[in-house]
Amino acid sequence: MVAPVVRVDNVVKQYRKAAHAHRFLTLKSAIVGGNLFKALAPSEVFTALDGVSLDIAPGETLGVIGSNGAGKSTLLKIIAGTTKPTTGEVTVDGKISALIELGAGFHPEITGRENVFINGIMLGLTRREVADRFDSIVSFAELEDFIDAPVKNYSSGMYMRLGFSIAIHIDPDVLLIDEVLAVGDEAFVHKCLDKIAEFKRRGKTILLVSHGLESVRRLCDRVIWIKDGSIEASGDPPRVIDAYLEWVALKEEGELAAGYERRSAAAEIGTAADAPGASGRGPGAGQSEAADGGESAPAAGAGALDGAGEPPGGDAASEDAPYESGRWGSQQVLIEEVRLLDAEGAQHYVFTCGDPMTIELTLEAKEEINDFAVGIGVFNADGVCCYGTNTDIERFEAAKLHGTATVRMEIPALNLIEGTYYLDLAVHRIDGYPYDYQRGLTRFRTTSPIADTGIARLPHRWSFAGGIEWKKTGGTGTDGSKT
Amino acid sequence: MKHGLSNLFRHRVLIQSLVARELKARYRGSVGGYLWSFLNPLLLLLVYTIVFTTVFTPPRAEGADVDPYTVFLFCGLLPWTWFSASLTDATNSLIAGGNLIKKLIFPAEILPIVSVLANGVHYLLGLPVYLIAWFIFKPAGFSVHVLWLPMVIFTQMILSLGLGLILAALTVHFRDIRDILANTLTLWFFLTPIIYSRAFIQGLADAEDATWVPKVVARVLDLNPMTHIMDGYHLSIFEGSLVNWKRLPVTLGAAFLLLIVAYWFFDRLRDSFPEEV
Repeated sequence: MVAPVVRVDNVVKQYRKAAHAHRFLTLKSAIVGGNLFKALAPSEVFTALDGVSLDIAPGETLGVIGSNGAGKSTLLKIIAGTTKPTTGEVTVDGKISALIELGAGFHPEITGRENVFINGIMLGLTRREVADRFDSIVSFAELEDFIDAPVKNYSSGMYMRLGFSIAIHIDPDVLLIDEVLAVGDEAFVHKCLDKIAEFKRRGKTILLVSHGLESVRRLCDRVIWIKDGSIEASGDPPRVIDAYLEWVALKEEGELAAGYERRSAAAEIGTAADAPGASGRGPGAGQSEAADGGESAPAAGAGALDGAGEPPGGDAASEDAPYESGRWGSQQVLIEEVRLLDAEGAQHYVFTCGDPMTIELTLEAKEEINDFAVGIGVFNADGVCCYGTNTDIERFEAAKLHGTATVRMEIPALNLIEGTYYLDLAVHRIDGYPYDYQRGLTRFRTTSPIADTGIARLPHRWSFAGGIEWKKTGGTGTDGSKT
Repeated sequence: MKHGLSNLFRHRVLIQSLVARELKARYRGSVGGYLWSFLNPLLLLLVYTIVFTTVFTPPRAEGADVDPYTVFLFCGLLPWTWFSASLTDATNSLIAGGNLIKKLIFPAEILPIVSVLANGVHYLLGLPVYLIAWFIFKPAGFSVHVLWLPMVIFTQMILSLGLGLILAALTVHFRDIRDILANTLTLWFFLTPIIYSRAFIQGLADAEDATWVPKVVARVLDLNPMTHIMDGYHLSIFEGSLVNWKRLPVTLGAAFLLLIVAYWFFDRLRDSFPEEV
């Protein structure tokens, strides 16, 4: 086993949490008591890293993933040496360059040229080395025309580009990268990625902190997932990234489920309070305005008119629904329960694009009804209807609805691109008069390993012939009927 | 300490570049540029000449050579400007340079050091103006003892570095230092022989009918390291005589001691800087 280039040994990092309102007191007591260092010791602390140990082998590209505030950047800063660990030890063997804060040392008043020299020297080059690399630095940053202008006149993109260019021209043994691939335009990002790939080819050690899981998957040999200050998982990129995504999905499900509970509870109160009036005044308004099917804007207006949707509507809309959400109807039939199920029949709020999903409704009819239809509409976060259908459109002829009933709509492949979706769920008369109309109360998310755009993923398959070659073939692996 | 010194030596190019940057940035955008380093003291000299020859004449005492007074005053005022500007800048240096400490692997002590050195360069740029004025208005004083000047300057530099390091480190945690320092410097200015000579106070204290006041003042002055540094300037480049061979070396030794303590102190607080600035 080769000796590691970077060794992080049981590192703990704590930050002081309390504000310094009581500080002057401590200065006094520090002077009187004679121990300033003790007085400056943190009183209330936040543990950003909690016993992290890590070895990075020479030539390894290590990805660091984790949610915001998990401690990724702290770890990077500690390896870079800009922050000292509270306890534990870090050893780095070789020259290190950190793409953490680009252009951190620039002085706005002096020219780009002078800043290149000073920044280069700050980052550990000699004057001679900077001079040798100067042209390359400037041309990489694409700043030939502006290098003699004061840096204060640079755009933020120019500033970042110059910072990045200097940092990579340090020619480090260990390169630390923290979410900086977002500098400049597409073309510059590609140049940066190429440069990173070149470092990798030359056997340099790279530590990449990123939320761009795709680039982590592509570039890294190993991935660690940091959660709440400790390493949750480490190893093979796909495995760790999947574990991380699963955790994210679970967390989101928890939030979505909690949101649904809140919203439907709020909606229920409105409906119950309004129940006596709804059968008298409400239906008339609902009938006239919602006659076109009950899924368009007037229906929402009807909801507001009959009062059932009003208080919950305002409540839920203030949360994050893109359009007026709420619940209204005559309540002769109630949608008692909504369940989103995966292939195994387990309830979820987060689905992977292309996986099957079943929408299961439990209906409760207060009386026997023979004029009814069940409708489902899917809206995206922009309020665009992605798909809508009901039993009537699909030529089911209603016969009888009584007691408790279950309606299941099975979607074999949920080909919606990554995003948050809202469901319109309704039981209404064929003419659109609503028994129970729930708008936007049920939410779910889809996630996708690829970043395709639009609304729905059209089932597709690539095929090639003739003079076209690929180093590696990707594709979504979906053809509409996942097997 | 030893590690710290070798570290500083390694960063000498950086210190040099930062001092240059400081000077460049100060005059960037001004038409006069470096000319201001000469113009400023020249204009100051002019103002003081007018004030102290036509508006009011300072008191004199036996054995205190302060003629011509403008040149005398100027002799102490220039290094005092270096001293006070150094401490003020050094006090702010870590906070102003927070970006560097937080985001780069950067020995923080470089910042207060650069403050002292950059202001020192200013002093050196103003010095020729003084020397010319001295040569013109007090030709009798010019002697070989001007060669003591580097030692005086060196002593002041060591003292400023020591104080600068302590102040810089403390200010990170107690921003009040900035305001305290501004007021302290005003008091310190008058407790340093700049507008009067050390010999003048000594003369008052030694007089037969002296009350306790001048004796106490003389005592306080003796404890002020800047007194002996100022005295060094006055003797070497105003009177043109030998610097006080006991007081100045003792001051230098004390300044060195302070610098060592200051460096140790700075080093102990170093790790707290990135989080606090």
